Amino acid sequence: MEKVGKIFKEHTMQIILVLVVIFFAITTQGKILSALNFDALITQNAYVFILATGMFMCMLIKGNIDLSVGATVCLIDAIGAYMMVDMGFSVPVAMISMVLIGCIIGAILGWLIAYLNIPPWIATLGGFLAFRGLGTKIVTIASSTSSISINDIEGFKKLFNSHIPKSLCVPIGIVCCVIFIFMQIKSRATKIKKGYEAESMGTLVARCVIISAVIMLFAFKYGGTFGEKALGMPTVLVWVAVVLLIYDFISSKTVLGRYFYAMGGNMEATRLSGIDTKLVLFFAYLNMQFLSVIAGWTSLAKLSTANGFMGQNYELDAISACIVGGVSAYGGSGSVFGMVVGAALIGVINLGMSIMSIDPNWQKVVKGVVLLAAVVFEIVNNRPKTKA
Amino acid sequence: MAKVLLEMKNITKTFPGVKALDNVNLKVEEGEIHALVGENGAGKSTLMNVLSGIYPYGTYEGDIIYNGEVCKFNKIKDSEEKGIVIIHQELALIPYMSIGENMFLGNERGKAAAIDWNETYGEADKYLKMVGLSDSSRTLVKELGTGKQQLVEIAKALAKKAKLLILDEPTSSLNEKDSRALLDLLLRFKKENGLTSIIISHKLNEVSYVADKITVVRDGSTIETLDKATEEISEDRIIKGMVGREITDRFPKRHDVKIGDTMLEVKNWNVYHPLYPEKKVVDNVSFYVRKGEVVGIYGLMGAGRTELAMSIFGKSYGTGITGTMALNGKGVNLKNAREAIKNKLAYVTEDRKGNGLVLNNPIKINTTLANLDAVSSRSIIDKDKEYHVAVEYKDKLKTKTPTVEQNVGNLSGGNQQKVLLAKWMFAEPDVLILDEPTRGIDVGAKYEIYCIINDLVKEGKSVVMISSELPETIGMSDRIYVMNEGRFVGELKQEEASQESIMACIMRSGRGE
Repeated sequence: MEKVGKIFKEHTMQIILVLVVIFFAITTQGKILSALNFDALITQNAYVFILATGMFMCMLIKGNIDLSVGATVCLIDAIGAYMMVDMGFSVPVAMISMVLIGCIIGAILGWLIAYLNIPPWIATLGGFLAFRGLGTKIVTIASSTSSISINDIEGFKKLFNSHIPKSLCVPIGIVCCVIFIFMQIKSRATKIKKGYEAESMGTLVARCVIISAVIMLFAFKYGGTFGEKALGMPTVLVWVAVVLLIYDFISSKTVLGRYFYAMGGNMEATRLSGIDTKLVLFFAYLNMQFLSVIAGWTSLAKLSTANGFMGQNYELDAISACIVGGVSAYGGSGSVFGMVVGAALIGVINLGMSIMSIDPNWQKVVKGVVLLAAVVFEIVNNRPKTKA
Repeated sequence: MAKVLLEMKNITKTFPGVKALDNVNLKVEEGEIHALVGENGAGKSTLMNVLSGIYPYGTYEGDIIYNGEVCKFNKIKDSEEKGIVIIHQELALIPYMSIGENMFLGNERGKAAAIDWNETYGEADKYLKMVGLSDSSRTLVKELGTGKQQLVEIAKALAKKAKLLILDEPTSSLNEKDSRALLDLLLRFKKENGLTSIIISHKLNEVSYVADKITVVRDGSTIETLDKATEEISEDRIIKGMVGREITDRFPKRHDVKIGDTMLEVKNWNVYHPLYPEKKVVDNVSFYVRKGEVVGIYGLMGAGRTELAMSIFGKSYGTGITGTMALNGKGVNLKNAREAIKNKLAYVTEDRKGNGLVLNNPIKINTTLANLDAVSSRSIIDKDKEYHVAVEYKDKLKTKTPTVEQNVGNLSGGNQQKVLLAKWMFAEPDVLILDEPTRGIDVGAKYEIYCIINDLVKEGKSVVMISSELPETIGMSDRIYVMNEGRFVGELKQEEASQESIMACIMRSGRGE
C-alpha cells in the first residue's frame, strides 16, 4: 500500500492529466478524443511546448522568467514575413536571418541580466514593450492593413504547417516505441553489468507499456486507423519532439545542465566551485530567445500572417506550463518531462473548455485557479515533514 | 537556596520517527546563568523552542513551571509576555532599519496608526546605554558589526522586559574580544539586575567562565547538571559528559609526515573592500606553505582571514588586489575560481550553507560539483561513475548517511562539513585552504575532521587552516601565522606556540598603532 502511495505521489500530475482527459471525454461525449482534436492539441500548443522549454531553463536559475518572448515572436515573425513577402528573400535566408536577429536580441538581454545584474523581469519587461512596438511598426509600414500574409510562401508553410501522410504514421509510431524500449533495456543492462542498483523489471515493463501505449495512441489517431477523419501527423510535432528531446538530454545528462540546477540551489557555492555562473545565465537568456524564434516559425506558419497581435500572452502560457509542470518557482528543481505534462494539462483544459463552448471569461478563471492550485500543491508537497 | 524560576519537567518531544527530547528535566534558579551544552543534534535548541512557545503547548509532553505556575504557551508572544525572551543564533535584525525601529519591531511605541518616534528612539537609546553601546539608535543596523548587532539583540530583549534571557550560541559569530564583552555584560546584568539567563554554547571555555551551573544534554536527555558552587568544573569534565566517554587526546598525532618544498607562496598581498574601495582589508601579507605541512592562520573574526583566503582563491573577494603568488614554484595570476581549481588550489569555505553546498541537492551532486569533468566525457555526465565516486568519499570520510542520494540539507553540521571536504578533495588540489573547518560542529566530528586533515598532509597535500579557536590552531598546526586587522602580526613555530604567545602577538600589534 505504501508503494502505491509513493507511485501516486511521484506521478500526481500525470494522474491528474489522465483524470482531466477522462472528465472531458465524458462531458464532451468523446469529442475531445477525435483525431482532429489530437491534431489541434499539438498544432495549437506547439509554441507553448517550445517556449516553456526555454522558460524552464531560465526558471531553473533562481526562478528567473523572461517576459519578452511573446513580443520576440511578434518582432521575429514581422521581420521574417517582411523579408519573404515584401523583399523576396528565399525561405532559408529568411529563417537564418530570423535566428541571427533572435540571437542578437538574446545576447543583449543576456548581457544586461548576467553582466550588468539587471533583474531579469525588468530587463525582459523592456523587451516586452520594445519588441512588440518594433514588430507592429514593421507590419504597419509594410502593409496598409497592418498584416503581412505569407499564404503564398508554400515552402515555409510546408515546413511547419503540413502533415506527414496517414500511411506513415503507424510505422513511425512503431519505430519510436522500439527505440524507446531498446534504450530502456540497454540502460538497465549497463547498470547491472557495472554492478549498480537497477530498477526492478516490473517498473521497466510498466514504463515501456505506458509510454508505448501513448505513442501508439497518437500514431493510430493521426493515421486514421479507427476509420475516422484524420489529416496525418502534423510536421510541427516533429519540431516539438526534437526540441524536447534535445533539452531533456541537456538538462539531465550534461555538465551544462548540472550547472543550471546547481545555480538554482546555491549560486555562490556554484561560483566558488569554479563555474562561470554569469556565462550560464547569459546562455539561458540567449537560448530563450533562440527558442522564441523557433516558436515564431511555428506560429507564423500556423496563422499564415504576421501582425502586431502575434504572440500575445505567449510568455504567460510558457510560465504557466512550467509552474503547473512542477518546475520550482524558486529555481533548482523541475524537469522537461514534468513541464511537458504541465503544458499538456493546460492544453487539454483549454481544448476541452472550448469544445464545451464555455464562456472565455470563465476559461480564464479556471486557468488561474489551476495555476494557483499547482503552486500550492508543489509547496505543500515539498514542505519538510519535520522541523528539528 | 534561591527561588526556582523555571522548571521543565519530563519534557518529551517527538517528531515523526524521531524522539528529539526524552524526559528532559531542567531547573533554573533565579539570578543564575545556566549553560546548556551538548553535541549538535542533542536537543538543546529543541528544548529552548519548547520553552519559548515555538512548539506550542500540546505538541510536547511534560510541564513548564515558570515563576510557580504551569505555563501553556501557544506562540512566542505568550512566553515573551511572561518575560522569557530568546535570542537565536542567526541574528534576526533587519539591516535597512534603524536600531530603534528594530528594537521595537512588533512592539511599537505610540499608537498603531501613529508611531511615537521620539519615544521609540528615546527608549532605544536608554537600552543601548544599558548594554554599553554608544551608537545612536537612529543608526541603520547594517552599519554595525556582528558584535554590536548581538548587543542590539540583547537591548531588544531588555526592552521586552526580559526576566529570563535565552541565548542560543550568542558568540558563534563573534571574535574573542566581543565574546568576552558580551559574557561580561551578562555577568553584570546578573549582579546588578538579577537577570536570569540560559546560554547555549559550544565554546567550553566561555561556558566555564560565565556559567553558575551547566546542564549537559546528550541524545535528547539531560545527563547531569554540574554546579560550580560545589565542584571544580574543567573543560575535560564537560566534554566527558557530552560525549559519554573521556577524550584523552583532542588532537590526533601526525606520524612520519615529511615536509617538502614550498607549494604556495604569497607575497605582499593587498586587498581592498569590494564596496568601500578605500578600505584595506588585507594589508601587505606574505606567507608560504610547504608540501605536507599544516599552516594555521589564527585571527579573530573580522581580522581579514576569509578575505585573504578568498582573494587568493581566484580573486573571489575584494577589489584592487595586488601582490604576487606562486603555486608549486610557478608564478600564477588566478582570475577566477575556475583557474584556481585548475592550478590545484582549493578553498573550503567557512560558510558551508551560504556558499559551500547546494543544500537541496543530494550528496553525490555536491561531491562532484567542483570537478564535473572527472565524471563526464564530452560534457555528458556519467551518472554511474558519479555515484561510485560519492560512495567512495562517503566511506573514506565516514560520512553518516544511509545513501549518497540524501539531500545535503538533511545532514548534521559535521556531516555537511565532510561532504564539503569530499567535494574539494575530489577536485584533487595540491593546496587546500580550510576556513574554520570545525565551526559549529560537535566534539566527536571535530576529531574526525582533524584526522582527515592529517590524512591529507600524509598524502603530500598542503593545508592552510584558518581558525579562531586557539587550542585547535595550536594543536593542529606545524606553523602558525597570527593575523590582526588585515595584517600578519606574528609567525610562530609549533614548539613556541601557546595561548599566551599568540595573544601577545595581537596585543603587541594593537599597541604599535
